Amino acid sequence: MGRKLLLEYDHVPGIETFDVYRKNGGYRSVEKALKSMSPEQIVEEVQKSGLRGRGGAGFPTGMKWSFLAKPEGVPRYLLCNADESEPGTFKDRYLMERIPHLLIEGMIVSSFALGAKLSFIYIRGEYMWILDILEKAIDEAYANGFLGKNILGSGFDLDLRVMPGGGAYICGEETALIESLEGKRGNPRMKPPFPAVKGLWGCPTVVNNVESIAAVVPIVNDGGDEYAKIGLGKSTGTKLISAGGNLVRPGVYEIEMGITVEEFIYGDDYCRGIANNKKLKACVPGGSSVPILPAHLVTKTATGEDRLMTYESLADGGFASGSMLGSGGFIAFDEDQCIVRNTWNFARFYSHESCGQCSPCREGTGWMEKVLHRLEIGQGTMRDIDLLADINKKIEGNTICPLGDAAAWPVAAAIRHFREEFEWHVTHPEEAQMRNFGLLKNVIVA
Amino acid sequence: MSNTHIDLNKRHSEKPEFSPERMAQVKELMNRLPEGKHKSALIRILHMAEEDFGGWLSIETMDYVAEILNIQPIEVYEVATFYTMFNLDPVGKYVFEVCRTGPCMLVGSDQIIEYIENKLDIKVGQTTSDGMFTLKTAECLGACGYAPMLQCGKKYHEHLTKERVDEIINTYRSGQVPN
Ligand SMILES: Cc1cc2nc3c(=O)[nH]c(=O)nc-3n(C[C@H](O)[C@H](O)[C@H](O)COP(=O)(O)O)c2cc1C
Ligand code: SF4
Ligand code: FES
Repeated sequence: MGRKLLLEYDHVPGIETFDVYRKNGGYRSVEKALKSMSPEQIVEEVQKSGLRGRGGAGFPTGMKWSFLAKPEGVPRYLLCNADESEPGTFKDRYLMERIPHLLIEGMIVSSFALGAKLSFIYIRGEYMWILDILEKAIDEAYANGFLGKNILGSGFDLDLRVMPGGGAYICGEETALIESLEGKRGNPRMKPPFPAVKGLWGCPTVVNNVESIAAVVPIVNDGGDEYAKIGLGKSTGTKLISAGGNLVRPGVYEIEMGITVEEFIYGDDYCRGIANNKKLKACVPGGSSVPILPAHLVTKTATGEDRLMTYESLADGGFASGSMLGSGGFIAFDEDQCIVRNTWNFARFYSHESCGQCSPCREGTGWMEKVLHRLEIGQGTMRDIDLLADINKKIEGNTICPLGDAAAWPVAAAIRHFREEFEWHVTHPEEAQMRNFGLLKNVIVA
Repeated sequence: MSNTHIDLNKRHSEKPEFSPERMAQVKELMNRLPEGKHKSALIRILHMAEEDFGGWLSIETMDYVAEILNIQPIEVYEVATFYTMFNLDPVGKYVFEVCRTGPCMLVGSDQIIEYIENKLDIKVGQTTSDGMFTLKTAECLGACGYAPMLQCGKKYHEHLTKERVDEIINTYRSGQVPN
């Protein structure tokens, strides 16, 4: 078992309360930061730590913070992205549910570093019960002088609010999140201007994932250099991985980056192998938006090296034979799973979640869903398979936000690695239906 | 994108009005936002309105919320039609939202959906004739490791099996909330 920086105390009874959290070393980073560090020093530590955004894109957090515009007399905002809607991802939920004070502690220190006096946690509307947990914890933090006016006598004031969404994957995209937080439809904005210059209510804004903000706590406590010692290369620190699909022990794991994928799937400390004594067929290692990998490319790279749980190793081989760490939503498929059906399922997801403002995305995701559905139920043709590649090209790079790409790439990857299975659906229409476990009549299109 | 439109014929029999306690909560929410930025509270208030006024948002409810926030009704309709959590049609007392996305499908959500359809004798999107249950599907609800799952109100029911579904339905029928 590797070192834990975030989930070390997740099983301590009562850790969701202020008192127990505090007794276990909670809020030390706030004391340290507010009493002995300048905002610039905190940004520097975060830069040294090499922390990369845990929301999916992996952009260095310290660098993002350093881009924040600081015009005189204009408020700045820190928004925590707790929209967590990427299929396969449920790590932020785990953290907020179990140790809400860790996120609040991270928000206080990060807000201090960025000079934000009012910060928000934007949480997906379905997590309403977690909103209650967070608000309770926030009340406790106010009552104990860690939020509100003149925190710990430092002169620093901070108010923290939690705001729910209403069920829209796209609101996880940072500019859609901002729109939503302003009480509007979640349509992503054109960039530039970037949120660092013009974000919430037109003011400079930083948007960070729950896990990124929580990671600031150990970085401030132990120093950025100490954090950077964990992990491998540019994948520093620990990472929360939420594992689902056909695994013996699905769940949320905090891993030290650099363990092998093999250990993660089969190791006793982690997922303990594929459920029901089956074999691994494929894996989507970083949430539904990243390319699927066939079994032989999951634990080894194309050049035969061990595949590691790092940003670099999972991407090794590019789109031809690699994937991405993404949001850490690890999905394992056993030998009985139908790749065509899953590809269709994901395409339906993106079609459902497209905000609709760019036609290549709105129409393209709809078309992909229809064509894949046709193939899936055994009514497709060989030309449909090529048609999918064509739709892909029309979406890629032609949209306001990356959702269009996120929808197109997994389809391309599935066809690249499992073309035979798509063709088999065309040549064996009846058996293709059997493989749907007799559920064809139950296919829900709406 | 939820392609929902608003059916003007569907109305509440009485004008919706928050209880004084709820109204205090709503005002508190608005007051906690910077001057002039109270529209940010819209989504949260719509959730509250849905909870208080029968689980769905009628035109009157939306107009009422617009009035409270002092914004145009269209600003509320825009939002209510965009976000899939908001029901624009009347629903049953309990709304089951079964996750149908990949990771849940891999461990049998299709079969669970079919089982509930048969058990309640309704299709996805419909409400039982006694007005108790509405069945819907949802996209990934962040419970993939505890799948299959369904959400009912604030409650997540995870690790579903047919037996577990029976139990959940019976408990709701008896007026209690299953744990
Ligand atoms: C369609 C779409 C959905 C996204 N969903 C999320 C999400 O649910 N949570 C999240 O933290 N980031 C999400 N992101 C990434 C955010 O735009 C943003 O990069 C991130 O919140 C930045 O935080 P980080 O740098 O700490 O990772 C999404 C991006 C896109 C394009
Ligand atoms: S790419 Fe899709 S989701 Fe993104 S802005 Fe365009 S239509 Fe909306
Ligand atoms: S896929 Fe069902 S909860 Fe994530």
